[in-house]
Amino acid sequence: MRPESEADLAEIIAAAKAPFHIRGGGTRGIGRPVAGEVLETGALSGITLYEPGALTLVAQAGTPLAEIEAALQAEGQRLAFEPMDHRGLLGTTGAPTLGGVVAGNVSGPRRVQAGACRDFMLGVRFVDGAGRVVKNGGRVMKNVTGYDLVKLMTGSWGTLGVLTEVSLKVLPTPETAASLVIRGLSAQDAVGAMARAMGSPFEVTGAAHLPSGGDGPSETVLRIEGFETSVHYRANRLRDMFAEHDVPIESDPDHVAARWSAIRDVQAMTGQPGDVWRISCTPSEGPALAARLDAQQLLFDWAGGLIWARVPEGTDARARLGAFGGHATLVQGSEATRAALPVFQPEPAPLAALTDGVRAQFDPRGLLNPGLMAG
Amino acid sequence: MQMPEPNPSILSRKARIVEKLRSVLPEDAVISDEAETRAYECDALTAYRCPPLAAVLPASTKEVSDVLRVCFEEGVPVVPRGSGTSLAGGALPTADSVILGVARMNEVLETDYANRIIRVQTGRTNLSVTGAVEENDFFYAPDPSSQLACAIAGNIAMNSGGAHCLKYGVTTNNLMGVTMVQMDGTVVEIGGGHLDAGGLDLLGLICGSEGQLGVVTEATLRILRKPEGARPVLMGFDANEVAGACVSDIIKAGVLPVAIEFMDRPCIEATEAFAKAGYPMCEALLIVEVEGSDAEIDEQLALILEIARRHNPVELREARDADEAGRIWLGRKSAFGAMGQINDYMCLDGTIPISELPFVLRRIGEMSQEYGLDVANVFHAGDGNMHPLILFDANKEGDLELCEQFGADILRLCVEVGGCLTGEHGVGIEKRDLMVDQYAPEDLEVQMAVKDVFDPRWLLNPAKVFPLAASEARRAMALAAE
Repeated sequence: MRPESEADLAEIIAAAKAPFHIRGGGTRGIGRPVAGEVLETGALSGITLYEPGALTLVAQAGTPLAEIEAALQAEGQRLAFEPMDHRGLLGTTGAPTLGGVVAGNVSGPRRVQAGACRDFMLGVRFVDGAGRVVKNGGRVMKNVTGYDLVKLMTGSWGTLGVLTEVSLKVLPTPETAASLVIRGLSAQDAVGAMARAMGSPFEVTGAAHLPSGGDGPSETVLRIEGFETSVHYRANRLRDMFAEHDVPIESDPDHVAARWSAIRDVQAMTGQPGDVWRISCTPSEGPALAARLDAQQLLFDWAGGLIWARVPEGTDARARLGAFGGHATLVQGSEATRAALPVFQPEPAPLAALTDGVRAQFDPRGLLNPGLMAG
Repeated sequence: MQMPEPNPSILSRKARIVEKLRSVLPEDAVISDEAETRAYECDALTAYRCPPLAAVLPASTKEVSDVLRVCFEEGVPVVPRGSGTSLAGGALPTADSVILGVARMNEVLETDYANRIIRVQTGRTNLSVTGAVEENDFFYAPDPSSQLACAIAGNIAMNSGGAHCLKYGVTTNNLMGVTMVQMDGTVVEIGGGHLDAGGLDLLGLICGSEGQLGVVTEATLRILRKPEGARPVLMGFDANEVAGACVSDIIKAGVLPVAIEFMDRPCIEATEAFAKAGYPMCEALLIVEVEGSDAEIDEQLALILEIARRHNPVELREARDADEAGRIWLGRKSAFGAMGQINDYMCLDGTIPISELPFVLRRIGEMSQEYGLDVANVFHAGDGNMHPLILFDANKEGDLELCEQFGADILRLCVEVGGCLTGEHGVGIEKRDLMVDQYAPEDLEVQMAVKDVFDPRWLLNPAKVFPLAASEARRAMALAAE
């Protein structure tokens, strides 16, 4: 199914008798396998409104992300939450859509400073499981009119409604960027160093640690962005904070961009055997949690608050982690593994009751990606 | 403003309800004497008053849970209250409700600089959260004007903003976790020291739900390192349109100031008479503040001033030291107090797309003449969040009603141009009946369906947010169930 308009989509869902598997560009096959007819949003495409002077963009959910990024680039702006491209890691092809980014609350390394996709969302239109067209929020930057269903829809993976249009806050692209690289730190020391950097007044917009893969020392990377003289100043001040290390500053724009898109897309784990888990935790707990995973490969982002871990196929990473305050998601795994293990973190009973209750209100007949987020 | 009839059955059971509340709380934490409950009869929207059945002041999550369970068993509505600074009537009681004040819960539970978080009880005031970490050069970013008095609980309920949210975001962008008690007494933990939700973003849903989904007793907040410095510039223009265009050009140029504040002539005049900040007399005034090291500030301000000069300013004033910076902010910060000196006023809070600023200001001016009521405008221009202040005389028959009609018209105008009814104050009772102007019945139905999940009997903060007609069926069902 490929509805041509929001009204068309609403009719299809209202009349449906069997579940749908909602699909944007089909590049983020995350979640429990869904049995259902594929419902594509690709025909709901196009930028509805873009006001660079107001930092706002409104587009239909099926709009290719590349089209959005090109429009923003022409005005020197960008999506500051730096959405990850899942195609490499998941081995998918196709064109990511804006709706897919929003449905997955997909964010990148800058999340630690600028916020997640959800923090840039201003408004949504969607069709819920009863076929109702619903809007929430709007296109202005401050809006507390009624309940915030915009946040609720962001990261709901198509299980509450099919997004038809989203409005976003965008930001200016800084003039330049630089990376500082500290080599040879243990995970523990790296998280300490990243905490110092994030706790400095120098506005670090990325802090990641790549443990040694055996072919060289570990690298702890910090990113600074802004006007050129400011970047130069802050990078040097930051380097002074780590005077006990030799800290090269990389300032070639292409090199900086390539380094951070590699971190964003977890390129180091692309094409490797096994499953890849994504763990969100309090940064200082990261190293101990990572050690418990006994992983084949690790990557720490978000100053240590985001752990990417590659483990042998079928491993229940949550069993290894034990109880902790955050959550673990199986991002890359075979269909069999995703059917056997909860992909999303199971919630404690009172929270699960609320989640189930909300889902039952939005999709009473269980038509929209049923079971995809089941814990 | 219409409120539902109090439930006579609850009023008749007052003695028993108070007795049950006393059985779960210390003696001095239950207020039932009619003279004393008057202290809770209104919030900062003082035009509406109604003493509650009783007020309780629990000191812990456990006590909040006990109170809510008692009220749940007795079918008594509960109105959560932070510091009572809501301008929207968010904490207005009904005669058959129990006010649940969180004022006694003001402890800092944990400060964690390595992870840049602080966990507090939600009765703590906004400014004292920063107060707890500023000796280490950290701060809590959302800074509503009432920050000296307002509680984190209320900030979360209304998703409060402030002058600096252009750069740092509003409450929801700085809130990482909550301990929340549901109406039946169930305690839930959502979020914490980690980022983002593992499942549905219930934290995002709760923030801004105006105390209608649960009572938040503890919160994990993001704290940030203070910038090296900050400096404002003041610019005067001879037309609102020009100031509006200047704002847009600054934003487009790639500088992101932490604040862009706007004042129009009526506001400048009133402020000058009151605070004597030395503002130029002109049609529109902007205060733009940037942050960083001295050199970084110089660079950003040079760019901003260059843009401003292209718009033929009548005044450009840079702060050379902290004293001059203080004087630039002085007028803006005393604007509301200044208006209060000369008149009663109603403060609106609609948000508009920045591009519509000149049109909306012109229309407000025309409407001001039609209604015969003066308006002063002071607002956060960078994000389009307007605060028109309508002046009226509370002692004059019919003036409040006229002012409310005028205010409603301004908010409808905000919606018409693509904006919204409220940017940071919340709906409360004040804008409840205007919700139909922004949202279609299905939009409201889905929001109310969310409340059905969290508070099936509709006991939490009754008669707020949703028009009474829209929520009538649900309220009737809840009454029948009782």
